[in-house]
Amino acid sequence: MTVTAASLPSTVAVPRPGRWPLVGVFALLFLVAAQVTAVMISVPDRDMGHLQKIMYVHVPAAWITFCAFFVVAICSLKVLWKGGERDDLLAASAAEVGAVFNALTLMLGMIWGKPTWGVWWTWDARLTSTLVLLLIFIGYLSLRSFIDEPERRAKWSAAVGVLGAINVPIVYLSVRWWRTLHQVQSAPSTLDPAYTLGLRLNAFAFLFVMIYLVRRRYEAAALVRAAERADESLALGGR
Amino acid sequence: MGARDDWRRVRAIAWKDLTTERRSKAGFNGVVALGVTILVLFGFALGPEAATLRQSAAGVLWLAVLFASVLAFNRSYQVELESGALDQLLLYPGARWTIFTGKLVANLVFVGLLMTIVLTVGAILFHVDIPTRWAELLLILVLGAVGVVTLGTFYGAMASRSRAREVLLPLLLFPMLVPVLLAAMQASKALLVGDLMSEAGAWVRLLIAYDLIFVAATHLAFGAILEG
Repeated sequence: MTVTAASLPSTVAVPRPGRWPLVGVFALLFLVAAQVTAVMISVPDRDMGHLQKIMYVHVPAAWITFCAFFVVAICSLKVLWKGGERDDLLAASAAEVGAVFNALTLMLGMIWGKPTWGVWWTWDARLTSTLVLLLIFIGYLSLRSFIDEPERRAKWSAAVGVLGAINVPIVYLSVRWWRTLHQVQSAPSTLDPAYTLGLRLNAFAFLFVMIYLVRRRYEAAALVRAAERADESLALGGR
Repeated sequence: MGARDDWRRVRAIAWKDLTTERRSKAGFNGVVALGVTILVLFGFALGPEAATLRQSAAGVLWLAVLFASVLAFNRSYQVELESGALDQLLLYPGARWTIFTGKLVANLVFVGLLMTIVLTVGAILFHVDIPTRWAELLLILVLGAVGVVTLGTFYGAMASRSRAREVLLPLLLFPMLVPVLLAAMQASKALLVGDLMSEAGAWVRLLIAYDLIFVAATHLAFGAILEG
């Protein structure tokens, strides 16, 4: 029996790719263009030289990490509030994408930190709390992979997502009290105007990439759920 | 269905769990022995110089208590999984959060006893002198324990009913406990080796805020995870 999307009993409509592959191509091209533009128009920094250019990937990756975590928190709250498979799958997709960007942020930061600070790692507030955030993401994703029953997985991971989100500012505060060294966060307002445009462009490029990845991951997750359902109903001798 | 009934339910659950532990004792003894073993191993890692041991005592003692008590949190629900005890428990009328509060209280008593023994042994092994501000230290111990046990009891409810619970509970719990552990370790250390920056007060406020936030949040979310 061939399982087609239409024949599946499902509470959530199996999403079709539609024009999303095109969005992916656009996001990729935009990213390349934004990177090239940013690198071309920025003069070497007085202190850091060309090392500064890692900002165009590191800082947007960090923003996207928090965007993704915000999506997880909102969707988790909605799941706890009124259930709903769509929000559950969306939270899971955002968490996976967020974890990847989170790891990317840390690695790019290390590559920048080694020549600048002379060490790969330092126990600074922002670094340490970003690492703790990654560990919370990993805990969330492992919980999901260890539970087979979909309803239970949705509720439990939503609880973990909400508690994790509540904890993020507390972790940051506690580690900052513990010690701090990081340079002031890069945002367009703290930046020399020569770098602003490059950073803005790349922030949008990363945002498009994130939206694309979350969407495609969501499609895959919805298909997996639909397949699980089909298996279930076959086993039960249903349709 | 007043507050008094809820309170009686909480007490009944806590008493049931503590009675189970008291009658078997093997669980508690094992957990305490593990805590002491961890202390000895930390001693090997950091010792034998007395000054170093004293400096790191606060952190080591908290970690020993944490590692040992993780076992208690899984146990707390394991007994419910045998012969459908949890389903029976759910059949009783009344608010779901009382089950959580009852287990929380039982775990607090369990971890409190564990801490009394492990910290006494640790104070001897790591050459800790009882500070003059012992009342504040006691407050920090209680606040830290409440934070650890609240989240431990909550995540234990999920981890113990999943595959691979031994891995899952610490994986979920430890990153969440970063603020409690940092605050409790730093505040205890400040009182034990000298509070130069008089920072203990700030850490205590952080502990209080953390405890209040997560006691409330876990109580609100518990209904959703119990039935799932």
